[in-house]
Amino acid sequence: MTFHAQHLLGIEHLAPAGITALLDRADRYVAFNRGGAKHADSLAGMTQINMFFEPSTRTQASFELAGKRLGADVMSMAMQASSLTKGETLIDTAMTLNAMHPDLLVVRHPNSGAVDLLAQKVTCAVLNAGDGRHEHPTQALLDALTIRRAKGRLHRLTVAICGDIAHSRVARSNIWLLGKMENRIRLVGPPTLMPAAAAELGVEVTDDMRAGLADADVVMMLRLQRERMDGGFVPSEREYYHRFGLDADKLAHAAPDAIVMHPGPMNRGIEIDGTLADDINRSVIQDQVEMGVAVRMAAMELLAENLRAARAEAAHG
Amino acid sequence: MTIYFENARLIDPEAGDERRANLISDGGRIAAVDAASAPRGARVIDCTGLCLAPGIVDMGVQVGEPGARHKESFRSAGLAAAAGGVTTMITRPDTDPAIDTPEVLEFVTRRAQGETPVRMHPMAALTRARAGAEMCEIGFLMDAGAVAFSDGDRVVTDTRLMARSLSYAAGLGALVIGHPQDPGLSRGAVASSGKFATLRGLPAVSPMAERMGLDRDIALVEMTGARYHADQITTGRALPALRRARANGFDVSAGVSIHHLTLNELDVGDYRTFFKLAPPLRSEEDRVALVAAVAEGLVEVIGSMHTPQDEESKRLPFEAAAAGAVGLQTLLPAAMRLYHSGDLSLAQLWRAMALNPARRLGLATGRLAEGAPADLVLFDPDAPFVLDRFTLESKSKNTPFDGARLQGRVRATFVGGAQVFGPEDA
Repeated sequence: MTFHAQHLLGIEHLAPAGITALLDRADRYVAFNRGGAKHADSLAGMTQINMFFEPSTRTQASFELAGKRLGADVMSMAMQASSLTKGETLIDTAMTLNAMHPDLLVVRHPNSGAVDLLAQKVTCAVLNAGDGRHEHPTQALLDALTIRRAKGRLHRLTVAICGDIAHSRVARSNIWLLGKMENRIRLVGPPTLMPAAAAELGVEVTDDMRAGLADADVVMMLRLQRERMDGGFVPSEREYYHRFGLDADKLAHAAPDAIVMHPGPMNRGIEIDGTLADDINRSVIQDQVEMGVAVRMAAMELLAENLRAARAEAAHG
Repeated sequence: MTIYFENARLIDPEAGDERRANLISDGGRIAAVDAASAPRGARVIDCTGLCLAPGIVDMGVQVGEPGARHKESFRSAGLAAAAGGVTTMITRPDTDPAIDTPEVLEFVTRRAQGETPVRMHPMAALTRARAGAEMCEIGFLMDAGAVAFSDGDRVVTDTRLMARSLSYAAGLGALVIGHPQDPGLSRGAVASSGKFATLRGLPAVSPMAERMGLDRDIALVEMTGARYHADQITTGRALPALRRARANGFDVSAGVSIHHLTLNELDVGDYRTFFKLAPPLRSEEDRVALVAAVAEGLVEVIGSMHTPQDEESKRLPFEAAAAGAVGLQTLLPAAMRLYHSGDLSLAQLWRAMALNPARRLGLATGRLAEGAPADLVLFDPDAPFVLDRFTLESKSKNTPFDGARLQGRVRATFVGGAQVFGPEDA
């Protein structure tokens, strides 16, 4: 096994072999989840706490289900993140929870780096479920699994990541992961939603959807937050949809067998055409949700194994 | 008390050189610089292997009085200064309440007199409560001892008020210290835009915001004829504007913090909040450009921008954490990095850390000349050590140099000929 980390905080520090090992294990859980008896016991006796300092439906549900299917005792906490006290709440809550001896902490927080900070204060395994604009590693892993299953490989593909790159942790984790696996990455979006140093990330950058999608094997759309469409970043919804929304016409520039992805939740008619999103021949958006549970099961199981090994070593050492 | 500093390596920023000589301090002043022998009855300090330089004049020290004495008092700041070879602290007005009336100014001056062993000269706020709406009583504040006027890291966004404040200050010959930064571009930013901030997902500001702020202030200086100092220039992009202003004969000077000269944005690493500064740490290219600008004399002042923050305000996610670092005690050893790397000579460093700030503020210190105040620092430029932040005298321990290998230790510090730091038999 080549996955040795105590925490899963980001893709940045993972090695390609570790990513492959995790995806291989997740693959087995895809089959498992499709079976009749969806219950295993590899996390039996372990306590998983989900701490979401930012509202989430699908990611939280996915982590909760993943933990339950592996037999963990799962508790989900919706944290109130008031802007002034959230930092104190974060460390204080982390210390308090740590004293209750959880084994897995799943954390989402609106500040970049907040999950790293929390991980320094606890002795259990921490999974980053999204921190600010920094990373969302399980999303990138589930995207990778989706691509690998749809395309039969996870290398030498042309992947177009489109939309609000600047504010997206999904984009950053995917850039890390797809780059490590030696794919060609294109970032497509208006300059106002592109990070200042996008071109230094080992990617191609364009604000032309047709050029960006040309011969792409994978088209990954990102969500555009409604509050960013009011003229601050783009002039209007309709102009954004006209220039950057994915429709059949723009998709025609991609490879004929290109797949369409979206991390959800979707803004139909803003970043993606509704019919296209539902087209089972092109869209793998529902597959992404399915892969999410499998990837999170694999990630938590690997971290739990590492945690057990570390505890056994500490007990004997 | 007469002291004979024997066989010292004298760092003379005025002459721009160093030489081996004996110095005599008598009656609080420097009595002789190239003495042949010790006067009768003088205390003799053998300085073999050590440097003797003017005490550092640190322009822009924040002390927590009034309002945040738990972060730094005049006593703790004074002890840190003495231990760091800083003999004059130029304090910032960004206290709570701000130092914006003669009454508050007199309060801090009186507090400092009883508590700190080093000299202290206060800056006062340029606008009331540093709110950028009404100018302070610049005349009364000067009478009460304010050496410069600054709103700290807040920009006076109302250009008309800034113009009037500069114009009024010009009439009085007051020095105005600006914080060059475009407030719109830098709103909410905690890092410099670039690859590092992008990968860390941190809200970032373009280095251009600093140049825009400086361009505006220089235009206002041209309009009003004011004496102006930019507190911190930290980007290479701003330097041509500064150079042009100087070439045009405007009374414009600039400083830089020791942190921006010795660290860069990559030091933030995995969100280390002790490296969160305002302005944020910049790219390595910017750091190198600033070191060259100091060597050239374009940026004249190096300071610590001493900003004490308690543990709680730093134990937060990076975006939410307080900005700033303590520096009084680490300014000298950090500056030695630039000496040991061959970038700056000791004389160049002491021009920027003592002579230039003293001159700019009209103080008699910062020189090794007969008749000048005997404010002196005796230090070993080579002595290595690993910094443990809990050994610092400051009440706040927020230094980015915790655990860093440094070279350069202060052996003794003298203010007006009286020893304020170091062993009696130094």
